[in-house]
Amino acid sequence: MIFARLAFRSLAARWLTVSLTILAIALSVVLFLGVEKIRNGAKASFADTISGTDLIVGARSGSVQLLLYSVFRIGNATNNVTWESFEDIREMPGVAWAIPLSLGDSHRGYRVLGTTAEYFDRYKFRAGKGLEFTSGVAFDDVFDAVLGADVVASLGYKLDDPIIVSHGIASFTHHEDKPFRVAGILAKTGTPVDRTVIVSLEGIEAIHVDWVGGGRAAGSLTAEQARTLDLSPKAITAAMIGVESKLRIFTLQRAINDYAEEPLLAVLPGVALQELWAVVGVAETALLGVSLMVVATALIGMVAMIFAGLNERRREMAILRSVGAGPGLIMTMLIAEAALIAAAGAAVGVAILYAGLAALQTWLDATYGIYIPPTGLGEREMITLAAAVAAGALAGLAPAARAYFISLSDGMSVKM
Amino acid sequence: MTEETALALTNLRFTWPGSTGFTLEVDAFTLPKGERTLLLGASGSGKSTLLSLICGISTPSAGSVTVAGTDIARLSRRRRDRFRAENIGIVFQQFNLLPYATALDNALLPLQFAPNRRAKLTDERAEALRLAAALGLDPAQMTSGGAGSLSVGQQQRVAVVRALIGSPELIVADEPTSALDASAQASFVDTLFTHVEAAGASLLMVSHDERLADRFDRTVRLEDIARVKKAAAV
Repeated sequence: MIFARLAFRSLAARWLTVSLTILAIALSVVLFLGVEKIRNGAKASFADTISGTDLIVGARSGSVQLLLYSVFRIGNATNNVTWESFEDIREMPGVAWAIPLSLGDSHRGYRVLGTTAEYFDRYKFRAGKGLEFTSGVAFDDVFDAVLGADVVASLGYKLDDPIIVSHGIASFTHHEDKPFRVAGILAKTGTPVDRTVIVSLEGIEAIHVDWVGGGRAAGSLTAEQARTLDLSPKAITAAMIGVESKLRIFTLQRAINDYAEEPLLAVLPGVALQELWAVVGVAETALLGVSLMVVATALIGMVAMIFAGLNERRREMAILRSVGAGPGLIMTMLIAEAALIAAAGAAVGVAILYAGLAALQTWLDATYGIYIPPTGLGEREMITLAAAVAAGALAGLAPAARAYFISLSDGMSVKM
Repeated sequence: MTEETALALTNLRFTWPGSTGFTLEVDAFTLPKGERTLLLGASGSGKSTLLSLICGISTPSAGSVTVAGTDIARLSRRRRDRFRAENIGIVFQQFNLLPYATALDNALLPLQFAPNRRAKLTDERAEALRLAAALGLDPAQMTSGGAGSLSVGQQQRVAVVRALIGSPELIVADEPTSALDASAQASFVDTLFTHVEAAGASLLMVSHDERLADRFDRTVRLEDIARVKKAAAV
């Protein structure tokens, strides 16, 4: 078709301005789609942080707060859960398994988690993936510790290295009298587990056995002396619960929330995540708004380019008119040109996006724990792309209308 | 008016749009079929306006413009565009071609709007190349690169191919030689005559150059047939 060829050659003749315009639209599309991808990836990675756990139980506070300190190691618990309560919950009908979590100490900025060895089997992330050891095994001694991948990466520990746990978070008081030994190192997960030092509940109990209130009592015990004592825990921070049947979750949740001996809170991780995401949602919407603005800016740039070119193309329009082209055709050609540029921009943008994702995916996952699955464009993204191209064509109406009137009024007398 | 008239202007009145108040009036002008007429006029004498009216790009406020038996002033704008494509071949002073398109695509352009002209040809490309060769343009010049890279004289000849292809009734040329040097002018006019005659078309050429007059069947001075008024005189 001669007009398609003419339109293409006309664009090719102005390749510099046209390709810069296409690049501007492409980059705006990359920004928009990239924000979408990272947003969804972050959301999914966030939601993937914990899976396979049906309920999280802690002292009564807010559900988001409970989720943050128990799963994300952000913030602190306001209160503890007594060991008796935990045992009661574990015996409740419908509970398949319960894993205690004891938080509150740290090691050089990383949280220390006291739990049972069962944690390594029960903790699941990213749709059921389990924890794996790159070296060593789970703890079987009171003073054994298992390190997350980030802890090892930044502090450089090897198996059997000694580790001194500090009392509290960001503290100068250390449990140097009772050092732990690195018994295992976990593979990278992209979850807060990577930044955690995991020890046994007995270990947590042992380092605090000679403490009274917030300080060390006189006549402290050695590690070997501590081993001989009863190290069964008295309190924990939170617990992960698995149920026998999903149908029992809400019954169990109510039973825990109504527990008479102590004010407790049980939350469904997915629901708490949704609540948390709703808080973050405002920033998310703002980001989306900004990237849409950038797309609009690029389209306005395109319209400005077409407008700027109209004057030097008056001759072209007069020639087309003289051979019989109606002003409608000239208008159509300009709209088609705008749509073509917008479509090319969208296509180049998608190509850049996927090339970028392919290049950065591993790095994003390793560094920020944001896993972006290499899937195609979602329906929402397709609709947005189509809308951008349609908006481009629509924006092309303005210069096209101007061309229409120019071609009517100029007639054959164009002074160059 | 007979079938033998290629162009007839009768009681034509045209007022420039806007408040300028310029008017152009032509009481009567005819161009017999097959004739080659030179219309002499200085610049600013209303030449371009008259050509726009004859080609149906502008519409008169009164009177008729009859081309090959059809009063184009009565046609709708869409039908006038179509009529122009079918019946009139136009050669401008210069910058005749879309510079980014090949010379061949430029030459074939009017056929896109003129199915009747296209129907006369069995092979459009071959016809365009044949005409081009007759005008001294080889096929490589027609098909490779943008028309903008051809010399001015070559571009004018491509414009003639475009005007003649598919044999329209009337060829209108607006100072087609003014961008050429003296020796090129004479050979261009000769070539134009030969091919207009071969196509059986009529030629209306507008120029300010009286030296061309003796080559034409008839020479008409614009001021003899048209009155241009300026409202400012009121």
